[in-house]
Amino acid sequence: MSDKKKELKPNTYKFDTLSLHAGYQPHKNAGSRQVPIYQTTSYLFDDVDHAAALFNLERGGHIYSRISNPTVGVLEERVASLEGGTAALATSSGMSAIFLTVMTLCEAGDHLVVSSQLYGGTVNLFRLTLPKFGIKCTFVKPRDTEGFKKAIQKNTKGIFGELVGNPGNEIMNMPEIAKIAHDAGIPLMVDATYQTPYLCKPFEHGADIVIHSLTKWMAGHGSSMAGILVEGGKFDWMQNDKFPTMTKPYEGYHGLSFAEEFGPTAFTMKARAEGMRDFGPCLSPQNAWNVLQGIETLSVRMKKHCENAEEMVKYLSNHESVAWVSHPSAPNHPDADLANKLLPNGKGSMIAFGIKGGKDAGVAFINNVKLASHLANVGDTRTLVIHPASGTHSQMDEATLKFAGLSHDMIRLSVGIEDIDDIKNDFEIGFRAARKPRLVSNQ
Amino acid sequence: MKFKVNGHEVFASTGGRPFDKKKPLIIFVHGSGLTHMTWVLQTRYFAFHGYNALAIDLPGHGLSSGESLKSIEEMADWVNDVIDAVGHKEASLVGHSQGCLVTVECTSRYPDKIKTLSLMGGAGAIPMNPELLSLAENNDPKAVDLMMDWAHGPAGHFGGHPVPGLYHINTGAMLAKSRTIQNTLGVDFRACDNYKNGFEAAKKIKCPTLSILATDDKMCPVKEGKKLASLIDGSQVDIIDNCGHMMLLEEADRVLTVLKKFITTNYPPLSS
Repeated sequence: MSDKKKELKPNTYKFDTLSLHAGYQPHKNAGSRQVPIYQTTSYLFDDVDHAAALFNLERGGHIYSRISNPTVGVLEERVASLEGGTAALATSSGMSAIFLTVMTLCEAGDHLVVSSQLYGGTVNLFRLTLPKFGIKCTFVKPRDTEGFKKAIQKNTKGIFGELVGNPGNEIMNMPEIAKIAHDAGIPLMVDATYQTPYLCKPFEHGADIVIHSLTKWMAGHGSSMAGILVEGGKFDWMQNDKFPTMTKPYEGYHGLSFAEEFGPTAFTMKARAEGMRDFGPCLSPQNAWNVLQGIETLSVRMKKHCENAEEMVKYLSNHESVAWVSHPSAPNHPDADLANKLLPNGKGSMIAFGIKGGKDAGVAFINNVKLASHLANVGDTRTLVIHPASGTHSQMDEATLKFAGLSHDMIRLSVGIEDIDDIKNDFEIGFRAARKPRLVSNQ
Repeated sequence: MKFKVNGHEVFASTGGRPFDKKKPLIIFVHGSGLTHMTWVLQTRYFAFHGYNALAIDLPGHGLSSGESLKSIEEMADWVNDVIDAVGHKEASLVGHSQGCLVTVECTSRYPDKIKTLSLMGGAGAIPMNPELLSLAENNDPKAVDLMMDWAHGPAGHFGGHPVPGLYHINTGAMLAKSRTIQNTLGVDFRACDNYKNGFEAAKKIKCPTLSILATDDKMCPVKEGKKLASLIDGSQVDIIDNCGHMMLLEEADRVLTVLKKFITTNYPPLSS
């Protein structure tokens, strides 16, 4: 028998366990093993004192499902736990999570530095919609780390980017850009939809706010819209005078200072108390429940997604009809080293590739695959394809398309978890059609 | 609010209401390595119901300046200085964990000033695990992770925070890591480990006293809390099932309900 002293180790639950259990205690919910769907608009107050206490944030609890809901609350805690965050706020979509994040952080007259490689809808939010609220943005290419520093102005309130850019797969150097942000006293906000916390936990690399479209891999089954913002809890809002709405007394809650009162959860508390109250992009309890079902199998699915994606990268890289392939797992990817550092559990299942024959070949390919679904989504369990220049990014003009790193031959592939041979066989049909676009399209 | 004690700036949350000298004073004293924010689900209620609710950051903790105090006795005197500094002649004290040692010692030293004492997860002594103490004194973040593990009961490990969306194990860890661990948690753990006067101090306490204990508290088990309470004349004890040491977050509503009844009965608010 060894007399070696046993090392003390924390026994807090690990990722796979948290995916199934975090945020929920059955004994507080009639013993229901599954999370109940609280399909209700509002909640009884015990008495007038209790009602006042809830409205004054004296007690935790629910008032009205626009602000919070018990089923949605389980989802929020679960994602916060998986990300290593202090708190989270779920919204009706990923876009509303981004909008709520910006509106919680900024006021008219403020400025943001934003990666240029974003989902087309996000580009339009930053480029066209936020200026209507007096918030201006400077776009910087994700690999131009120094460019983020140069773009910071006196009124800059944060840096925003997608860890792996959509759809070109450029990777932001998150640790270095986080340092640039923190040296300037501003937070780094990262949309990590493509990664999920299974592949990367951005808080471990310096991010302060993480945003997900839960619609994608987190929910995973193409059934439900949802978004979430997660707070890391490290950012000190009181270090400078850039964030008066976080640090100064807020008239909307009896002079409350969110930063003083709630510290590592201040941003989420403000986003909920102000943003959900005033903008109201609440998540339905049914959709929250659907997302929770997806998260239960997140690690199992992500492993298969990544495994299939790497097989597809090899297949496409050696295919006569393919001009180029972009995926962080490819050895020739310009950010391969950074990908290995930030994404050790897998590089995700989004592939961009160029089809020989340009736009016409791309159209023929998309129109002829049978198993892969042509639609405007990613992160389904099923394989999805789209031609960004004519789909997700179609609202961009030629110059903006070029700046966003898009080309007319690019096909965006979200690799599903079907049998890999069936995906490849389906692509062979598409490629055959692409080689004879006119003949096939006339059939 | 900010004020000075012994030349150093002190931060205390007022629960979202302005400080008003006419209202009776309740001082909330946090546990090892933590800050005023652990009390957010108790202080705001009292602040909105006729009290000055001051959740203080001990020196060198949270938003307070200065260096961490090295003994429970120094902290007890410092709490008395806080009462003087904010211009009050008396106060009600509420402590959690290490804050219980501080408030027990303070109440025994200044019996005329302290009108009620409320202890959460308290004991007469809190000897530290030597390895945990060493990790904290060597600035190892594992000390915080171990503390968060042990401080939450089995149910608390799943979450289910009363404030929607908050995951309290990570929140607590972030509070404990907000300043240099060895300067806060390390100093506090050593102060707890060195403190031997808890049981003697308890015998001197004459004011109404409440102990809230939790069945799954590994850090200050129920039997230790009961032992302390048994030494205080007329002490009330309330035991929460399925709850760990971080009861003020794990079972915030229950704690507030019990605390509210005890304090309003024994130290009434200023009526509006």
